[in-house]
Amino acid sequence: MIDKTTLWIVIIGLGVGSFLLRFAFTGFVGDRQMPAWLLRHLRYTAVAVLPALVAPQVLWPSATGGEPDPARLAAAAAALAVGLITKNVLGAMVAGGVTLYGMLYLLG
Amino acid sequence: MTTTTVKSAFLKGLADGAPFILVIIPFASLFGLIATEAGLSVLESLVFSLVVIAGAAQFTALQLLQEEAPTVIVLTSALAVNLRMAMYSASLTPYIGSAHLWQRAFAAYLTVDQSYVVAISEFEKNPQMTVPQRVAYFFGAVTPVAPLWYIFTVVGALVGTQVPDSWALDFAIPITFLAMIAPMFRTLPHVLAAFVAVVVSLLASGVPYSMGVIIGGLAGMLAGAALEKRLAQKGAGND
Repeated sequence: MIDKTTLWIVIIGLGVGSFLLRFAFTGFVGDRQMPAWLLRHLRYTAVAVLPALVAPQVLWPSATGGEPDPARLAAAAAALAVGLITKNVLGAMVAGGVTLYGMLYLLG
Repeated sequence: MTTTTVKSAFLKGLADGAPFILVIIPFASLFGLIATEAGLSVLESLVFSLVVIAGAAQFTALQLLQEEAPTVIVLTSALAVNLRMAMYSASLTPYIGSAHLWQRAFAAYLTVDQSYVVAISEFEKNPQMTVPQRVAYFFGAVTPVAPLWYIFTVVGALVGTQVPDSWALDFAIPITFLAMIAPMFRTLPHVLAAFVAVVVSLLASGVPYSMGVIIGGLAGMLAGAALEKRLAQKGAGND
């Protein structure tokens, strides 16, 4: 049983901490000019952090107990390929979803 | 004139964020379910989602709370999972840093994976957007996400049923992120950044506190920036 005092300390602490992480730059830096080298690195935040976040989920999905799954690998490849070629986000999502369910159905 | 463009920016954000509805509903329901199973009341589960509004960090905290880990460890681990939010914040700052403070405070609270990736890809694609348009777009993009996060935490806590595993909705998250990211690979440095980030995050996946994501992300950013600089120098040298 989770102790109620601990629970509230965690909820409030995590809430305040998360807000400060999110506010760190948008809030505290604001419209002050950031150095060119930092801006150059920040241009790659999205294309680096999000692939780093999903790569383990694609290769070792928790739903299959961490075993690589052909349906999920194919779905990820389809979403990526269609997104790269067409630059169409919705098209890429549909391609990933159709591939996932098609493969899951075929592989039973 | 300005009002209409700001309004249409909000609506465009709303439309672009809409596909995430499919992701948020099962994820939030699962949190509500697991929270109540761990002994939290419906109200406590809702407050958790309202105050923290970060899926992965909430799941981490809940699991460690159940294992009766020391409070400091619970907080450190969950905040480490959320460390990427500071990177998102830094990445958004050149675009919305001059907005009103209250708007930036709201945007900070609402900075999640989904709102970030939708907004940053639009801001990069349309550099002529004004700051009020960008802020409106950001709030539009998060509108289908945040309310559903709260509502379905409560639904999951009350109903106590889970979407069957066979629906494979776990994989909606990777698919939506990959679909959002792929069109952003415009230059060789972007591709290199993603490639290095993936390889390093996989190698570092055993590092505790989910730090593999941060290590991989930083490695990718360093690689992308280094190649960009190199290509620019080479280009300048050829002139």
